[in-house]
Amino acid sequence: MRKRAWLGWLFAVPALVMYATFVLRPLLLTVQYSFYDWNGIGASTWVGLGNYRRLFTDSELFASILHAFELILFFSLIPVLLGLFVAATIRGIAQSRLATVARTVLFLPQVIPLVAAGIMWSWLLSSTGLANELLSAVGLDSLTRAWLGDFGTALPAVGVIGAWVLVGLCTLLLLAGMSKIDPALYEAARLDGAGPVREFASITLPSLRQEIGVCVTVTVIAALASFDIVYIATQGGPGNSTMVPGLEIYYLAFSEREVGMASALAVALVVLVLACVLPVQRLTRDGSR
Amino acid sequence: MIVNRRETLIGRVLLILLMAVTVIPFVSLFVTALHPAGTYPSGLSWPDHPQWGNFADAFRAANMGKLLLSSILIVLGVVPVSLLLGTMAGFAFGHLRVPGHRIGFVLFLLGLTLPFEGIITPLYYQIRDMGLLNTRWAIILPLIGLFMPFSVVWMRAHFVTMPGDLSEAARIDGAGTWQLFWRVHVPLAMPALSSLAILLFLWTWNQFLLAIVLVDDPAKRTMAGALGAFQGQWGTDIPLLCAGALLILVPTLAVFLVFQRRFVAALLQGSIKG
Repeated sequence: MRKRAWLGWLFAVPALVMYATFVLRPLLLTVQYSFYDWNGIGASTWVGLGNYRRLFTDSELFASILHAFELILFFSLIPVLLGLFVAATIRGIAQSRLATVARTVLFLPQVIPLVAAGIMWSWLLSSTGLANELLSAVGLDSLTRAWLGDFGTALPAVGVIGAWVLVGLCTLLLLAGMSKIDPALYEAARLDGAGPVREFASITLPSLRQEIGVCVTVTVIAALASFDIVYIATQGGPGNSTMVPGLEIYYLAFSEREVGMASALAVALVVLVLACVLPVQRLTRDGSR
Repeated sequence: MIVNRRETLIGRVLLILLMAVTVIPFVSLFVTALHPAGTYPSGLSWPDHPQWGNFADAFRAANMGKLLLSSILIVLGVVPVSLLLGTMAGFAFGHLRVPGHRIGFVLFLLGLTLPFEGIITPLYYQIRDMGLLNTRWAIILPLIGLFMPFSVVWMRAHFVTMPGDLSEAARIDGAGTWQLFWRVHVPLAMPALSSLAILLFLWTWNQFLLAIVLVDDPAKRTMAGALGAFQGQWGTDIPLLCAGALLILVPTLAVFLVFQRRFVAALLQGSIKG
């Protein structure tokens, strides 16, 4: 019987082999490379923590990490807050025809490649694009600009693209969570004379802890590890104003041939994602897993 | 439920507004694609002479037939194998509860949040040393590995809910573990499997980073990777670029609209479990 129990591992072996070969091995190698100075071809030199030190002293590299945090505002905060607001407002009509259609429409940005979202929005935000046209139409000509090409607005403009992609997902996730709340709670609150705001704060919000946790986790990872959208929309420019860690890793490893430095940044990115996601999971999960 | 009319109205308006914001970029892409090639059309204007030929031009310029085939080959290489391996491991950890299954499971759990950028550099050298650079295998094999954490966690969550009595009964009838897996558990896992299949299809089709790093030839990439190359080549011809982008969107949109119910359910569950 014992022996048969161990044989069950045979079922897990193929998955483990693929995972170990194409994920765990490269992950360990990333850590190893990060201690070396290597151009990918010649000999490598051990530099200890040198690459990590550069991460904090080189302003360009450090800025990419700061940019990733700034993107969290757009990728996470706006979609979650907006999603909460919209979901709470449309809760009453969640069963209507309109809401059924909305469920499909709001999912569209999740289904298309991020690359396509990047192309669409590069055009919308260009100097002759729709965004500027709308501004001119309401007499705000002075504000028009090439949003993705301006040092001051490029990063927020990239953020807007991310917000567009993620707001539908957050709204629907939160709406699904709200549909699980016992309607009797709302009835009781109404009878006690609670308004929509009170209702939201004392019933909706506390019941949605887990769903909010999911939204925050998914969107924070999307922000910190953003690559596709930035690559298409700005390529990190103008200057380095939209450089993010994912893109910087790509450039360092495959254009500048600084494999060690790219690996150190990659390790930092992996750690950063875990450092942001684990506390959220702890706070919002009810120990059921 | 007590909902007053004013709140309902505000809800409707808000919902329509949000839908409009979601759809307008698609509309803008579409009308721009109809303008004469090489022009810089402004905003949302319907062209005087819609150039439907732009789609045919973009189809030829992007070599769309080849791209479709390539993406389909990659999906066929990734999705069935990932489903099989993920289901088997999920079965071992969730139902058989093999000794040490917790450690095995945690190992996969760790990979759930891993950004692909975290391993892309060594992966490139590894794929090069395996002699697979610029082949579709360079995308297929790593993607299977990268999808393992999610697939295993997803399928384990399904198998944990399966009652043990079921297997007892089958074993009394003389079924070995292998038969038990194929005859009893795989058929019962179909709903979980089909949702997983949808998610894996989508993530494979839209994969960008692996495609641009590991495969130079756009004709051997995924759709998303090819779109990146298309932008590099035709980025200055806005109408043609828009037509190409739209064409590349069509397959996913079509699949989405056909299976939309399953899709929405799968994506919602997918984010909750992931």
